[in-house]
Amino acid sequence: MQKIEAVIQPSKLDAVKDALVEIGISGMTITDVRGHGRQKGHTELYRGREYSVDLLPKVKLELVVLDDMVEKVVQAIVAAAKTGKIGDGKIFVTRVDEAVRIRNDQRGEIAL
Amino acid sequence: MAVWVTGSVAMAQAPGSAAPSTTTDRLAALEKSSADQAAAIAAAQTAGDNAWMLASSALVLLMSGPGLALFYGGLVRKKNILGTMMQTFAMMAVITVLWGLVTYSLAFGEGNAFLGGLHNVFLRGVGLTPDPKYAATIPLQTYMVFQLMFAIITPALITGAFAERMKFSAMLVFMVLWAIFVYSPMAHMVWGKGGFLNASLGGRFPCLDFAGGTVVHITSGVSALMTALYLGKRLGYPREPMPPHSVVLSFIGACLLWVGWFGFNAGSALSAGTLATSAFVATHFGAAAAAIGWSAAEWLRNGRCTALGAISGAVAGLVAITPASGFVTPMSALWIGLIAGVGCYLMVVKVKAVFGYDDSLDAFGVHGAGGTIGALLTGVFASSAINPIFGAGKATGLLEGNKGQILNQAMGVVVAWSLSIVGTLVILFVVDKVVGLRVSEEDERTGLDLSQHGEEGYDFAN
Repeated sequence: MQKIEAVIQPSKLDAVKDALVEIGISGMTITDVRGHGRQKGHTELYRGREYSVDLLPKVKLELVVLDDMVEKVVQAIVAAAKTGKIGDGKIFVTRVDEAVRIRNDQRGEIAL
Repeated sequence: MAVWVTGSVAMAQAPGSAAPSTTTDRLAALEKSSADQAAAIAAAQTAGDNAWMLASSALVLLMSGPGLALFYGGLVRKKNILGTMMQTFAMMAVITVLWGLVTYSLAFGEGNAFLGGLHNVFLRGVGLTPDPKYAATIPLQTYMVFQLMFAIITPALITGAFAERMKFSAMLVFMVLWAIFVYSPMAHMVWGKGGFLNASLGGRFPCLDFAGGTVVHITSGVSALMTALYLGKRLGYPREPMPPHSVVLSFIGACLLWVGWFGFNAGSALSAGTLATSAFVATHFGAAAAAIGWSAAEWLRNGRCTALGAISGAVAGLVAITPASGFVTPMSALWIGLIAGVGCYLMVVKVKAVFGYDDSLDAFGVHGAGGTIGALLTGVFASSAINPIFGAGKATGLLEGNKGQILNQAMGVVVAWSLSIVGTLVILFVVDKVVGLRVSEEDERTGLDLSQHGEEGYDFAN
């Protein structure tokens, strides 16, 4: 089991979700987040006062999948979320030790 | 009118042919019918004027309740929205009660050149018959409640300068004292019986102020600057960013202000006649020109036209056209609006930055500056064709050749500035000693919503 965390542009969320459903992913968790990597923010002007906004709105997807699905999922996200410009986001993959289905206390891969 | 008179004669003759035969009888019948006719005409005019004045009163309250509360509420950080809106709402309650008890009398009761007396405390003598000195065709109570709406929004405007840092309790005490010692005398001097700046009742220095350039906007704007200076800057200003949390709310608020302002200015005709139309049109043209003026200045300087700039410009124009609205032509209104739009933009963007005071929501930059510009320009553009206040055909403004009027306007401006500076500083000093003006640092960081009212404007968790 591995966890895939992808931080993407909010406008790409629907495209990514569709791509994941297409390869058979049934569950995911999505959070509105703010952040930045190499992408610089922008400036806003209110009555002549300039504010620089460096934390930009992003969407974070988290999903835990079986090992053999990892590469397919990563590719699907990259293909759907890519614009080719700075600010497209990042994907992180980590190992997961345990999963528990709360409803019936199932453990391990069957709980996914 | 001619039709009515003919009709009355015809009606007088109709019964005359049946019963009364002598000339005396017929004459008596004719006189009675004529008196009935005059009473019916007066009643009809009262009905028309009163309908407009009650609607106007409601429109002016609309400027405070949703209008200003939303305009200011959107400009603060989200932890302060309820605190900010409550400051305006509290005026709707507190100033109303105070007005009934004493401040109406202090402002509009018989008195000396500077302040009304106590004849009308508890609204004694303020009934449903008109007071011809103020408005001959509407009940005095209508006039009283219309003026009350002005007394509510004026202190509410000040709250923009000390936003996000004043104790609710201190704000209440401050506003009560301010209404008594600054607003009431100023309103009396310019609009009250015997006031020495009153242009319609023969004051010594007739200062033209149709709807409150000096009484409302200079007093609130200049007092606002005093509160900003006395309380000091918000924690972290100007280092920390404090952008408006919702320009959308401010946008709705500003548009409500624009609509409500028709009651403010056109209602100040105190009747539903042609003068109301003239003030209505001037108001609208002034607002439009100022929105363009502020936006153009911003566009030239920053390459973009912002929503906040456009609505701020409109408000600045509405402020500036307020004293002039019942005296100027639509084309003069365009000039006044344009000058105010650019002028207030420079005050807010340039002058504030140079001096570094924290007039948080620009109450001074818009109302103090806009009110002063408007009061002075009224002396320039006032036209006897629109409002022959000094007599038919007599030169009214500078452009008509009345050079002295600009001095009368300046007198009103100087009095309003002086009273606001001295009165507000004394009141602030007293309230600071008695209750303390500012919230604690911790409360300021937490925000007024939680620290002052124990609730939150936005609860996204539920």
